[in-house]
Amino acid sequence: MSVIAVRDVVKRYESILAVAGVNLDVVEGECFGLLGQNGAGKTSLVRMIIASSPISGGSITVDGKDITVAPREIKSHMGVVPQEDNLDPDLTVLQNLIIFARYFNIPKAEARDRALEVLQLFELHERQQAKISELSGGMKRRLLIARALINRPRLLILDEPTVGLDPQTKYLVWQRIVTLKERGITLLLCTQNMEEAWRLCDRLAIMCEGKIIALDSPQELLAQHGGSQIVEARPGSENRRDIVLEMLGERGFEWQEIENTLYIFEDHNRSLDDELRAELSIMNLHVPTLEDVFLKLTGRSLRE
Amino acid sequence: MMGVSYRSIRVWQRNRDVFFKLWRSEIPGFFAEPLLVLLAMGLGLGAYVVLEEGERYVEFIAPGIIAAYAMFSASFECTYGSYIRMEYQKTYDAIITTPLNIEDVVAGEIFWGATRSLITAFVVLIVISAFGLVSSPWALLALPIAVLAGLMFSSIALFFSSVAPAVYSFNYFFTLFITPMFFFSGIFFPLDGFSTVIQNLSWILPLTSVANLTRAVVSGHPGDGAWWGLAIMVCITAIFFTLSLRSMKKRLLK
Repeated sequence: MSVIAVRDVVKRYESILAVAGVNLDVVEGECFGLLGQNGAGKTSLVRMIIASSPISGGSITVDGKDITVAPREIKSHMGVVPQEDNLDPDLTVLQNLIIFARYFNIPKAEARDRALEVLQLFELHERQQAKISELSGGMKRRLLIARALINRPRLLILDEPTVGLDPQTKYLVWQRIVTLKERGITLLLCTQNMEEAWRLCDRLAIMCEGKIIALDSPQELLAQHGGSQIVEARPGSENRRDIVLEMLGERGFEWQEIENTLYIFEDHNRSLDDELRAELSIMNLHVPTLEDVFLKLTGRSLRE
Repeated sequence: MMGVSYRSIRVWQRNRDVFFKLWRSEIPGFFAEPLLVLLAMGLGLGAYVVLEEGERYVEFIAPGIIAAYAMFSASFECTYGSYIRMEYQKTYDAIITTPLNIEDVVAGEIFWGATRSLITAFVVLIVISAFGLVSSPWALLALPIAVLAGLMFSSIALFFSSVAPAVYSFNYFFTLFITPMFFFSGIFFPLDGFSTVIQNLSWILPLTSVANLTRAVVSGHPGDGAWWGLAIMVCITAIFFTLSLRSMKKRLLK
């Protein structure tokens, strides 16, 4: 059953079309990833799913309920981890959680028990009396995730949960996300981190210019679009570039060009022959990764 | 009303909890400053002021100070206080991911602003009683008047916050709106000395009604009050409450 069902959703900001007709289903118990460059429309889509932004067209249901009709009910079973720190700096760690629990009508004694439980899970119980300003960036992020669990959500939405974290904290957050998934929580994860998407997500949607341009498991995306090997090379001389590109085209290769480097996708049917090798100075070979797939599908150039 | 629910109490409770945690830093606003004005103006300047019927100047301004500081409390709370929560602390963004909606946040902020007015009015009332400037139990009515004034000024202030491009914009709000009212709403001198036109115009200022009614009850002559001023206060509150809801929604739910 779909926990989130997005149908033909459009988001317009005056003249800008941020989300241009998106359809997707997040099924119960999975970790669904939304991948895309800045400005691809991920955040706009997520803001509509959490009822923080009006929908310009189409519909979104969560647990079968329309988000525009029953936002309070939907939000009472949802946890949201924002990218930006919005902890309450006037309160301590524990007070942040207890006061947040009150927004869900959780009685104080119960709120305290739950708060200590989630602090334990994120290894923050020793800092429960600390002020927010005394916490490191990593602790704040852990507390933001802990706070989103205070209402025991069935659906957790995370916006780039590990951006800017040191490796130790990043691994801790990843482990905890896996733990939450094992407990049966459905996860929607916005990310730009390919390793994160690869490790955590059961399925991924790659967004580009407000549309979903690919949707599958990370393994399947890699198998479909990654090929077997990627050759990083430059034409032997600058004036041979056009000839090299023509030769690649004739042989049916897929490639990306960034600055003056070519990233040529080899697969089981196609590998560089001697004639092409003679034209190229090969700099590196590597096994395709999700990042190559992402760059191939969304283009290597900056869009902003 | 337009999406406001009982859940707005949660926002009020959040602000109350923070206030009682940090109340020491709030003392200058609701305690020290009104006292200072009462002493400096009432006793200092008052020594040179002769009023009709032997009334002391400090008695004349005491009720006005309740009204004025009820205004200041609500106005500071729902300008700087609300704006910092909204723009810098992103508290509103966090709250609206819970079952509360933006209307609950707006209502909770306004109710809390009114509560700040009540706290200030209560403290000032006690202080002026201690000075022997209150002679009638009617003075207790100054408290519900302060609540209504608080709702009105909070609504106006929060509306201004919802359209303010930056925190510096509040300089305009205080210099061009709040401070003129402080001086021209009959707090420090009666408006009788001005022409009828000016006197009539002064009723447009929301503080004039508050000062007039507070003075009527604190002096023990409620019959002297222009009670139709309540209708003005209710109307202004209704208008700005609605405007705040609409405009905050527009600002935050992009």
